[in-house]
Amino acid sequence: MSLAERWLLPDGVKEVLPPQAQQVETARRRLLDLYDSWGYELVMTPLIEHLNSLLVGVGRDLELSTFKVTDQLTGRMMGIRADITQQVARIDANHLSYQGPVRLCYCSTVLHTLPANPLASRNPLQVGAELFGHSGVASDVEIISLMVETLNAMQVNQELSLDLGHVGIYSGLMGEAALNADQEAEYFELLQRKDLPEIGRFLAESDLDERMKRYLAVLPTLHGGREVLQQARECFAGVEQTIIEALDYLDALAEQISQRYPQLDLYFDLSELRGYNYHTGVVFAAYVPAFGQAVAKGGRYDEVGRDFGRARPATGFSADLKTLVGLAATPSKPARKVVRVPAVEDSAALEVVAKLRAQGERVVQLLDSAVVEDAQQFTHQLVQQDDTWVLKSL
Amino acid sequence: MKQNLTIALSKGRILKDTLPLLEAANIIPAEDIFSSRKLIFDTNHENIKLVVIRATDVPTYVEHGGADMGVAGKDVLLEYGSKDLYEPLDLDIAKCRLMVAGMKDAGEVEGRMKVATKFVNITKEYFARRGRQVDIIKLYGAMELAPIMGLADRIVDIVDTGNTLRANGLVPMDDICYISSRLVVGKAALKMKHRQIQPIIEQLAAAVEARKDRSK
Repeated sequence: MSLAERWLLPDGVKEVLPPQAQQVETARRRLLDLYDSWGYELVMTPLIEHLNSLLVGVGRDLELSTFKVTDQLTGRMMGIRADITQQVARIDANHLSYQGPVRLCYCSTVLHTLPANPLASRNPLQVGAELFGHSGVASDVEIISLMVETLNAMQVNQELSLDLGHVGIYSGLMGEAALNADQEAEYFELLQRKDLPEIGRFLAESDLDERMKRYLAVLPTLHGGREVLQQARECFAGVEQTIIEALDYLDALAEQISQRYPQLDLYFDLSELRGYNYHTGVVFAAYVPAFGQAVAKGGRYDEVGRDFGRARPATGFSADLKTLVGLAATPSKPARKVVRVPAVEDSAALEVVAKLRAQGERVVQLLDSAVVEDAQQFTHQLVQQDDTWVLKSL
Repeated sequence: MKQNLTIALSKGRILKDTLPLLEAANIIPAEDIFSSRKLIFDTNHENIKLVVIRATDVPTYVEHGGADMGVAGKDVLLEYGSKDLYEPLDLDIAKCRLMVAGMKDAGEVEGRMKVATKFVNITKEYFARRGRQVDIIKLYGAMELAPIMGLADRIVDIVDTGNTLRANGLVPMDDICYISSRLVVGKAALKMKHRQIQPIIEQLAAAVEARKDRSK
């Protein structure tokens, strides 16, 4: 093994060094305090658990992203968490017996076999909040507000776009179209690329009736400002009631969000189906110009708890804290003293040192007067004058 | 406020056919792209810039947000295989076919077949879907040479007129798919800049239709 091989990290695995590590930690505390002030309890989920409890109901994408190891005690397969949402849903379903709403938050590292996108980290620090036990616009408004407040607290001072969708529109259409599994998979893939030319070809070759062909052709074009919802109502006239309800839901959500956050740029995409395997209602994501991917995202997943024995309505969001810190306006250095103390064993000096540390200053006592402490940027030193120790700036 | 917009164009043959479409959508480079050695070009719109890059780099730029939209061949897009790109428009230019070809008198290959191509992912998927295990040899050009020199049993390549194949004693054998240039748009770009991007898509779509009508 060459020297370089020893210090190289695996692809996509990132470490955080000073001073960024301190910024990440400060951000973690700030966000957890924020969630606490909204009534969200902190949970710490295990790094590893049985693979099937991690993957139940969430589909193949997450399975491929999960690192697996064999449990030497039982021979069962275990997975290292690739997402915390599922674990939190398990906790709500099993350990907490509240009937009313439960608010939970978390901040821990997850591990991905495949990065979420070519430039993403494979060990993101996932921070997020989940709200269980309420189905309806109010809980989605609360979660989206908390997501926006998270970005505000991180001082991501950029124009924020909120992308909104609802999986009920697509699933309603699919219910009526009754395509076979292969056809639906093909349409889904084309839809995610908004590949209008290929969708045209796909529909021309299919044996759907004219009305359904028109619906499936128009779905990928329904994206843009709030006028899209009205367009959708016109295009889907006479369609199944669940689709109209989904449009009403988005309308109500948009109304409340834009009242709370008038500056927020709202974008609707009725064919946005991120996490279609487990999302059951609205899906949302926040975008900023400086980053080519969503900086935070979430949605409603009412069915996940069922697999743990208790179906509870659920909605939540999450983000990679390291990404958020990277986007944050660089915090101005806190005006803190960094004090150099000579290598003396003097009780009066140590008393002063203890007092300064209690005040929150950084105080470093030299280990040996000959040692150069080049990792510290001292602003002050403690010197003996007559019989007392005083602070002098450098 | 008008947001800045960058459009990535594929160099070469595609570029020649792309510029008239852009012009029809009222996006005109401020100088002659073909006689300049620059890579970034201003246009008649203050907020729109063009970058001219290798075709295979277009999806990379658009996916990572280095450009908001771009023009790339379907062959390049299939090979790149990104989930973060939209392909809303067939520009109906640089049309050709992606095909399997081999020596004129070549018989069926027993067992594992050797296939030379620069489209490694497309080739792997095409044969996998047919339940055929193949060994793929990645080449960067002059595919036709590979079967002649005994390097491969078949090639997978773009076929336009088929003249190059014939001149080298090869024949097209299987049709993989139809290829033309597509307009691609980054997912994040469309979500944040849809007010600028959507009208351009519509104008380009109208220009493509007008061109089709003229050639009828």
